[in-house]
Amino acid sequence: MSTEFHNLQELRHSVSVATKVFIQRDYSQGTTCRFQTKFPSELDSRIERTLLEDTVKTLNSYYAEAEKMGGQSYMEGCLACATAYLIFLCMETRYEKMLKKISGYIQEQNEKIYAPRGLLLTDPIERGMRVIEVSVFEDRGSSGSSHSSSVSSGGISQR
Amino acid sequence: MLQLGVAEPMRECEYSQISTRSSTPMETPYKKRTPKKRKWQAFPGRNKFYCNGRIMMARQTGVFYLTLVLILITSGLFFTFDCPFLSVQLTPAIPVIGGVLFVFVLGTLFRTSFSDPGVLPRATPDEAADLERQIDVANGSSSGYRPPPRTKEVVINGQTVKLKYCFTCKIFRPPRASHCSLCDNCVERFDHHCPWVGNCVGKRNYRFFYMFILSLSFLTIFIFAFVITHVILRSHRQGFLNALKDTPASVLEVVVCFFSVWSIVGLSGFHTYLISSNQTTNEDIKGSWSSKRGKDNYNPYSHGNIFTNCCAALCGPLPPSLIDRRGFVQSDTPQPTPPTNGITMYGSTQSQSHMAAATPLMQSEPVILTDEASLPGRTSLGGPCSGALPLGGQPTPPTSTPNLSCDNGMLPTRNDHSEAHHHFLTPEEAPSPPGMLPCGSPLGHSHTIQGFYNPASQDSLHEDSVRGLVKLSSV
Repeated sequence: MSTEFHNLQELRHSVSVATKVFIQRDYSQGTTCRFQTKFPSELDSRIERTLLEDTVKTLNSYYAEAEKMGGQSYMEGCLACATAYLIFLCMETRYEKMLKKISGYIQEQNEKIYAPRGLLLTDPIERGMRVIEVSVFEDRGSSGSSHSSSVSSGGISQR
Repeated sequence: MLQLGVAEPMRECEYSQISTRSSTPMETPYKKRTPKKRKWQAFPGRNKFYCNGRIMMARQTGVFYLTLVLILITSGLFFTFDCPFLSVQLTPAIPVIGGVLFVFVLGTLFRTSFSDPGVLPRATPDEAADLERQIDVANGSSSGYRPPPRTKEVVINGQTVKLKYCFTCKIFRPPRASHCSLCDNCVERFDHHCPWVGNCVGKRNYRFFYMFILSLSFLTIFIFAFVITHVILRSHRQGFLNALKDTPASVLEVVVCFFSVWSIVGLSGFHTYLISSNQTTNEDIKGSWSSKRGKDNYNPYSHGNIFTNCCAALCGPLPPSLIDRRGFVQSDTPQPTPPTNGITMYGSTQSQSHMAAATPLMQSEPVILTDEASLPGRTSLGGPCSGALPLGGQPTPPTSTPNLSCDNGMLPTRNDHSEAHHHFLTPEEAPSPPGMLPCGSPLGHSHTIQGFYNPASQDSLHEDSVRGLVKLSSV
């Protein structure tokens, strides 16, 4: 899995980024983390509407779960307060666990859906949770990645 | 405070575990000589970092030390002089409870002061360009002058909220976020900048701040009450004056506690009200959700009842820091845009015309500084004044580096124009007291200096600036 992602990173060097499309935050429900599900018109030719919308909706649901204020989060908060927040030295917060899950999901989506179409989603956490950055790649001919001996190098080819 | 070592020693780049958040190793061999910089060293805001990025505070920390000293001295005197008597005469639970309160107060104070309040990282150049494009399309013009303040309207739970565009960070601020002028950062759910804790109070450290003032109120009242009890008990035996002679420290404690109680208890009460109505100090002062503004004006963020609001503020999930202080700076990832209000920021008057004229010449120089390997001799300069920091690729006038005053002795190749540079004060230098100047600060700090990536490259740029100024003078 990690070697495949490594290929995606090298992909950045070997092909040029034609443009970046940003999916902005949706603040209509307050300050909780949500992204707009409106499909950006620039991607019309690159990917099916439903695929991107599904990805964004799934991400929104993950973020909602991370920020959900329910019994578990209250207990975690109270326990943390009782231990003078030292417990976070050994334990991860629920939010951090969800963020890891989200990273894994984005990675998986990139490999399965977006990279084959010459797109790359950037994890919103790397952009300060402001946008989902979609990098649109232009294939520079046959100068594809040839650095590593990964099996999946063929899978990144442009359709 | 902790005196820390200099920037990390140079080491061989190694293949780190690849994950979406951490950096990828630098692949090209010539970069192996360059020590990896951590993101806190490249942070564009006006913050100070300690412990290699683990601790983050505002620039002015003098008042924080005062707070710490007051708490330590008063509590110290209490435990030394009053507790022995009280634990014998009344109950040993008194020092125990006092001790617990004291530890809690210090813990929450440190947590408030040292953590990231919820700073929003600045926009990457791509994001900023995309936003500019959208705004130009909306405005229908792309003129060079600074356009009127840009706002976006959003309807949140039935209330129309205006999102303002931050020219420094180049983002549309999320609702409830605000730009702190002291720290030069946009902070999420910005409450206020508290000099007593030496940091902003925002989304991520508001609960610690509240716990701090609440526990400090209890501690102050506790100490006040028991010192008075102590003096009264002693007075019963020896008379009032003799009692005071026996415990002179008690007088000091009573005085400190008396004056603190009013402000701290008042502040706790105020913040309890803010938490229960889910407002920030900022919003309350502006009266954003006050019913005086209109019949239909209500707080769209409130959960409806006091209990839920309190739970949400104090026990809700704690979002992680967005700025990743200890991550490594990637050479290929876009760096956040440096503040472009650069020219207007420099307050000194006589230099402004020079710099304004010099910069067009400066900006024609391509800045390839980031690729220069830092020479070992030069990196040692970073020791006492680790001031030179990367700030994206944008060249800035050489006069903007406030660490000139300390570098002067160390860079023998500096030309005469460095003397002239002393006159140019940046706003970071001007308001701060002498003790706060970069040279005076402990090692390992990063300062928000709009400087160069590498002190070694300053020489070449100084030559250019000389050329530039010579051209000016010839006009």
